[in-house]
Amino acid sequence: MTGTLLGPGDISRALTRIAHEILERNGGPDDVVLLGIPTRGLPLAERLATRLAEVEPGFDADARCGALDITMYRDDLHRQPTRAIGTTRLPEQGIDDAVVVLVDDVLHTGRTIRAALDAIKDLGRPRAVQLAALVDRGHRELPIRADFVGKNIPTSRSERVDVHLEEVDGEDAVILSAGRAEA
Amino acid sequence: MKHLLSTRDLSRDDAILILDTAAQMAATQEREVRKLPTLRGKTVVNLFFEDSTRTRISFEAAAKRLSADVINFSAKGSSVSKGESLKDTALTLQAMGADAVVVRHWASGAAYQLAHGGWLHGSVLNAGDGTHQHPTQALLDAFTMRRHLVGSPEGAGLDGLTVAIVGDVLHSRVARSNVHLLHTLGARVVLVAPPTLVPVGMEPWPCEVVHTLDEAIESYDIDALMMLRVQRERMSGGGLAFFPSPAEYTRLYGLDADRLGRLPDHAIVMHPGPMNRGLEISAEAADSPRSVIVEQVGNGVAVRMAALYLLLAGEEGAQ
Repeated sequence: MTGTLLGPGDISRALTRIAHEILERNGGPDDVVLLGIPTRGLPLAERLATRLAEVEPGFDADARCGALDITMYRDDLHRQPTRAIGTTRLPEQGIDDAVVVLVDDVLHTGRTIRAALDAIKDLGRPRAVQLAALVDRGHRELPIRADFVGKNIPTSRSERVDVHLEEVDGEDAVILSAGRAEA
Repeated sequence: MKHLLSTRDLSRDDAILILDTAAQMAATQEREVRKLPTLRGKTVVNLFFEDSTRTRISFEAAAKRLSADVINFSAKGSSVSKGESLKDTALTLQAMGADAVVVRHWASGAAYQLAHGGWLHGSVLNAGDGTHQHPTQALLDAFTMRRHLVGSPEGAGLDGLTVAIVGDVLHSRVARSNVHLLHTLGARVVLVAPPTLVPVGMEPWPCEVVHTLDEAIESYDIDALMMLRVQRERMSGGGLAFFPSPAEYTRLYGLDADRLGRLPDHAIVMHPGPMNRGLEISAEAADSPRSVIVEQVGNGVAVRMAALYLLLAGEEGAQ
C-alpha cells in the first residue's frame, strides 16, 4: 500500500492529540521543553508548542521550544558523505531539570534518537526525556520507543516514508513509496 | 575535499561551507561540555618542523574537542634532527595510522609534497609552509571579518568589503592565503608594503598595491586592516636589507593611535600574531576595542574544528 497515507487534516489531528497527551502525561505544561530534531522535527516541535499554548495560556511557545542538531553525534558519519551541521538552539532557561520532549518526524531504527540522547547529555541534565514522533514505521535497531506517536505505519525495510511539511516542503503529507533497491 | 593545502584550491562554496560549519562549531564551544564525540577513534598528527605556539595549540584543541587522538611531533628532539627525510617521517606516520596530518614546514610546498607523494593515506592540512600558504589562518581571518562586518553571516561571503593587508607581504604566507580567499569571497584586497617587501611576480594576484599606510587610509574605505608581522628571522641582515631602520618602518607602516583614529568607525584591526609591539603595531592599537586580535585566536579553534570535521568525518574515500 503506497501513496499518501496522511493528509494535512490527519497530521493536524495527530499533533493536537499528541499535545494533549503530553499535557496529560506530565500533569500540565510546567517544566516541559520541546526540542525538534532538524530538519522536519523542528517545525513539528513548533506546531506542538503552539498547540500547548492554545490549551494552556500560561505556556510561552517560543520560550519553550528549541532545536537539537545531532549530526556530530551520529554513529554512521564515516559511512556517509560529509553532512552539513545544523543549528542547535536551546530555550533560554536551558534544559536542566526540565522534561524534554524530543520531536522527530519519523521513528525508524532509533539511531537518530540515540544520537539525540547523547547530545542532550552534553547540554544539561533534564529530569526526564520523552519522545514524540509523527510516524513510527518500525524496524528498530536499538531498544528505543516513542512516548507519543502520531501514526504507526507498518512498512517493509525497502519502503520509504517521507514526511512533507508546509514549512519545509510547501505541503503537509506523509507519503509511503516503494523505495529504491536496498542500498 | 581530501586535503586542505591552499586557499587557491577552495571554491566559494567550499569556503562558505567551512565558515558556516565553523559558526556551528563556535556555538558548541559556549556550552558547559565542550567536547563532541564526532571524531572518536581518529588520529590527528601535528607535524611541526617550525616553531609555533598558537597554530599548534589551536589544532590540538580543535582535534581534542572533537574527541580525536592527537600526537604532537616537533622536529626538535625527533629523528629529523638526526637527518630523517620528510618521506621517511611520513611513512612512519602512515604506519602508525594517522588519519590526518597537520603539517607546518619551513619549505614552501612541503604540505603539497606530503599530500601527493603517495606516502600517506590520510588527509593533509597545511598549517603553514615556508612563505607559501597558511589556509586555516586565512579562513579564521575571513570568519572573524564575517562575524563583525556582515549583517547576517550565515551562508554569506565578504562581498563589497575592503581589506588592507599591511607590511611584510614578501615573507608572509598569511598574506598569500588571504589574498586568494578574500578575493574568492568577494572582498577587495589592498596590499600596503614598501616595494622591497612586495614579492616579484605578484602582478596576477587579484589585489591592488599601495606603498604607504597613510595613502591606503586616505584612498580606500577600509573595513578591516590586517597588520602583518615583520618576519625578521626570515630576513637576511635582520631586516636592514629591506628597510633602512625599524623606526622608519614604524613611521610609514606602523599602526598607531593617530592612524587608527583615521579609519572608518566600524573598521576592525587584525593581526595573525605573534605581534612585534612597537614595530608594526603600537600597544594602543593592539589593545584598542577595535582590535579583534584575541578573538582571532578563539575563532581559530572553531575554524580548525570545521576543517577537521569536513575532512575526516565523511565516508572513507569519498570526496
